[in-house]
Amino acid sequence: MRGLRLRLWQVGLLLLFLAWWEWASRTGRIDPFFFSKPSDIGQRIWRWFSTGEVYPHLYVTTLEMLLAFLFGTLLGVALGLWLALAPSAAAVLDPYIKALNAIPRVVLAPIFTLWFGLGVLSKVALGITLVFFVAFFNTYQGVKEVSPVVLQNARLLGAGQGHLLRHVYLPAAASWIFSSLRTSIGFAVIGAVVGEYLGSAAGLGYLIAQAEGVFDTTGVFAGMVVLMVFVLVLDALVGQVERRLVHWRPKAEGAQG
Amino acid sequence: MSFLEFRQVSVAFGPYVAVEGVSLRLAPGEFVSLVGPTGCGKSTLLNVAAGLLAPSHGEVLLEGKPLRGLNPAAGYLFQQDAILPWKTALDNVALPLVFRGTPWREARERARSWLEKVGLGRFPHHYPHQLSGGMRKRVGLAQVLIANPRLLLMDEPFSALDVQTRQLMENELLRLWQEDRKTVLFVTHDLEEAIALSDRVVVMSAGPRSRVIGEFPIPLPRPRDVAEIRLTPEFLRLHREIWELLRGEVMRAHAGA
Repeated sequence: MRGLRLRLWQVGLLLLFLAWWEWASRTGRIDPFFFSKPSDIGQRIWRWFSTGEVYPHLYVTTLEMLLAFLFGTLLGVALGLWLALAPSAAAVLDPYIKALNAIPRVVLAPIFTLWFGLGVLSKVALGITLVFFVAFFNTYQGVKEVSPVVLQNARLLGAGQGHLLRHVYLPAAASWIFSSLRTSIGFAVIGAVVGEYLGSAAGLGYLIAQAEGVFDTTGVFAGMVVLMVFVLVLDALVGQVERRLVHWRPKAEGAQG
Repeated sequence: MSFLEFRQVSVAFGPYVAVEGVSLRLAPGEFVSLVGPTGCGKSTLLNVAAGLLAPSHGEVLLEGKPLRGLNPAAGYLFQQDAILPWKTALDNVALPLVFRGTPWREARERARSWLEKVGLGRFPHHYPHQLSGGMRKRVGLAQVLIANPRLLLMDEPFSALDVQTRQLMENELLRLWQEDRKTVLFVTHDLEEAIALSDRVVVMSAGPRSRVIGEFPIPLPRPRDVAEIRLTPEFLRLHREIWELLRGEVMRAHAGA
């Protein structure tokens, strides 16, 4: 009952906002040229999907972000594990990692376009540079925070390095890694869309850039909405996987994380 | 020949000397308790016996041979919870067998009978956070015992439990110990617990530079009930005798702190 009531409030707030937007736009209180209106945006999205013209773009963006997400996470988790377990290597590489992470990623987009062309590859590369650090820092932190007593206990019980990795380090880091995954998805989308926006021939970022080029605010907003729903769906999927894999945690802690 | 021998063991952490010149022999199958005021380096000696800590001077002999690295004969029950929070009670107990190459199915089967031995037969699929403190200790005990160590090291394992649970656990420990008489080195600051459980009580001086200042054989008959034995005149006599020595050290520790 409580949950239902909460949902009603949430949906109500959205409807109220949309209704106000529609009304304000129709009555000229805000300029429809700059702000469009929900009914137009909805129609545009409907047309995109019914004619199928959005699918190639959606496909390209999905591909880019999934690849960036996958490889960025794999690289980040692998390097995070390695450096957390090899403190001397971590000490050597520390300034380099900090320096690389200090680069604002957007400035990398032109250089990646030069290196990897206008296609999918340059966007994936940009996404990876964003996703990698999130996964890396979270994995590193997660492994570092393994309770020393639990670790010593496992070693005394006869665990080898492989056992420790599988039964101690990775599960301990799992909740950190999962919280990083949810941030990573957003970053992967940013990588893909910013890359497309700055130079490409397909993708949602390209679609938005095209619409913007002809002052088509409806198109810009429609692209934003599609992207938003897209990220929310992915985030929910990761949440499902997380609940299945990290079900050992006490509920209170799970609610916080 | 003694099963485990400390020979002039000193441990220093930088300039701080925790224990100095400790010599101690444990006969096979003997139950020895170390008592002493807080901070007297009892746990340090356990860590040395487990091979988690190398002595700065002196050596530890296991069946006459100097100990290098982790002690292969030792099972260690820590003061804090050391079981894996992301594994069920059953899997936690099965883990030491899996580390030794037993397939999961067989390891779980044997773990189940151990859970029953420690009175947790009804909770195989509970996670540690769903169990009480005493139950988690039982899981820890079963986890250590399933690997059948010949030496059992225990670091104030029951200090966090309430008095009733504690006496229950002490009796349970004695019952399990009686089955195959492992050599036990039990650390506690509770003199009554030490007398009730042990064949011999070793008193250590207040730290730093803690050393052995007294050894008392406990000739109380076995099997014992820890709650009842506390009321016998022989127990009270031993308690008075050892407390005489211990009190001075406790005072000194207090004055130092």
